[in-house]
Amino acid sequence: MNSQQMRKNDTAEVVAISEDERILGIDDVTICYSDNPAVKNVSFDIARNKITSIIGPSGCGKSTLLRSLNRMNEFISEVSLKGRVSFDGQDLYAKSVDPVEVRQHIGMVFQKPNPFPKSIYKNVSWGPTVNQYDGSIPELVERSLKQASLWNEVKDRLNDSALGLSGGQQQRLCIARALAIEPTVLLMDEPCSALDPISTAHIENLMYDLKSRYTIVIVTHNMQQAARVSDYTAFMEMGNLIEFGETDQIFTRPQKKRTEEYVTGRFG
Amino acid sequence: MPLSIELSKPKQRESLNKRHFKAKIFARFCACVTWMGTALLLILLYQIFSDGLSWLDWDFLNNFPSRFPERAGIKSALAGTIWLISLVAVFAIPVGVATAIYIEEFSKKNLLSRIIELNISNLAGVPSIVYGIIGLTIFVRGLSLERSLISGALTMSLLILPVIIIASIEAIKTVPISIRSAAFALGATRWQTVWSHVLPASFPGILTGVILALSRAIGETAPLLMIGALTYVAFVPEGPMDSFTALPIQIFNWVSRPQEEFHQLAAAAIIVLLTVLLAMNSVAIFVRHKMEKKLQ
Repeated sequence: MNSQQMRKNDTAEVVAISEDERILGIDDVTICYSDNPAVKNVSFDIARNKITSIIGPSGCGKSTLLRSLNRMNEFISEVSLKGRVSFDGQDLYAKSVDPVEVRQHIGMVFQKPNPFPKSIYKNVSWGPTVNQYDGSIPELVERSLKQASLWNEVKDRLNDSALGLSGGQQQRLCIARALAIEPTVLLMDEPCSALDPISTAHIENLMYDLKSRYTIVIVTHNMQQAARVSDYTAFMEMGNLIEFGETDQIFTRPQKKRTEEYVTGRFG
Repeated sequence: MPLSIELSKPKQRESLNKRHFKAKIFARFCACVTWMGTALLLILLYQIFSDGLSWLDWDFLNNFPSRFPERAGIKSALAGTIWLISLVAVFAIPVGVATAIYIEEFSKKNLLSRIIELNISNLAGVPSIVYGIIGLTIFVRGLSLERSLISGALTMSLLILPVIIIASIEAIKTVPISIRSAAFALGATRWQTVWSHVLPASFPGILTGVILALSRAIGETAPLLMIGALTYVAFVPEGPMDSFTALPIQIFNWVSRPQEEFHQLAAAAIIVLLTVLLAMNSVAIFVRHKMEKKLQ
């Protein structure tokens, strides 16, 4: 790690992502609830068509940071963001930017499966419908369900309620739903924390397949998961970014002592 | 096993018995109160039915009021009530639900919005005669709508709006945040989210509130007396600008007469009013049941 690769943040160890690879830039971002900072001066970049995981102990601000990437924090009152989040070079928080448009490009999958209480088909078709998708929606639904490797399980009961699916199937449906709006980036907020190991493995394989088309940012408190699926890993603690780098390096040759202690399971 | 040793200590056994006894007493007390209320209701119903049932026939429904009890009927009152409730539904439901949506989904949550919400709750407790005075001042005199159905309906709408708004706000609040988040994350606007997900999910609750409010409107007498609904109407209103009477007014008129027969007529009219109420409620229960099934 030489000094040129270091970003201006002097406390964190951050590997720079080149201009061509960068899709999302997080630049000196501080996020406060009322006056309490949940994320403090965090800077790192998200690389295109890679999986980036954000790990850290509970309450370290990783979910808050993730939600700031598609402006989902705005539904919580008294959240303020300082710094710059850019998507393809554009400031996502600029006055002229419509948050609705941001979310059309940056989709999200949540911690708990949250399908709409409607049919499986409608769950997937609703997003493209409100976004005025001009192709064939039934084809898009099929394609999205196939991408989420759910198609074979549900193709004969597309009009059944989504709430009749198992937890793992519901989460894959939520992924299909997010993919149906054809986003560039997919944010995943601990997508497997409510699932059993088999469903988790299913979704991890899925992420691997999706990488060629989408950029994925995943928040997880499961270090093995981060090590298995991601190309880059950011480690956060108490709202601070401690280290960001290639996953291999974070897990085998961490630069910071805290990172080493966390990934070897000595705390957290 | 340590658990049973703990429990078998005499002192604890004794206190446990005491606690069970207290629980039993409380359950009995609750049952008592419940049955007392039910019994009172049954006695009332029995009295009304025994007085009024013999007067209830097609002529009673199809005759205009008369000073001869055997010729008197509720045609104009029943028609007036149906007109009134339909108009109230047309005015109050859209305004009430829209207000609730605005307060819960769109308005910024600050001191002002909290004060407004609190005041709406207070309005629900204002005596109905006060709404009658407002109706008289604004609709009958101010807007020169006279003693028409529309004045009555607007006054009643004011009366039940707070109930509809509060019930709708509560129903909207029960829709989980996760559903809204899911919709927003798909690039939906707030309106799309509300229309496609929040409203359908809160519909059963909103419907319950609406029906409760309409039930209240159907039985209210004081505001209608205040704005001057007529007591003797020998025609069926044909439009919202016609003058009218309503079932509670007819009942009020009949019970205030000295003759026993008119009291029995009033009882018969109460049976009709109850039937209309029950019919409305059962429609609501049916629709709600269907909606809830669809949601599951």
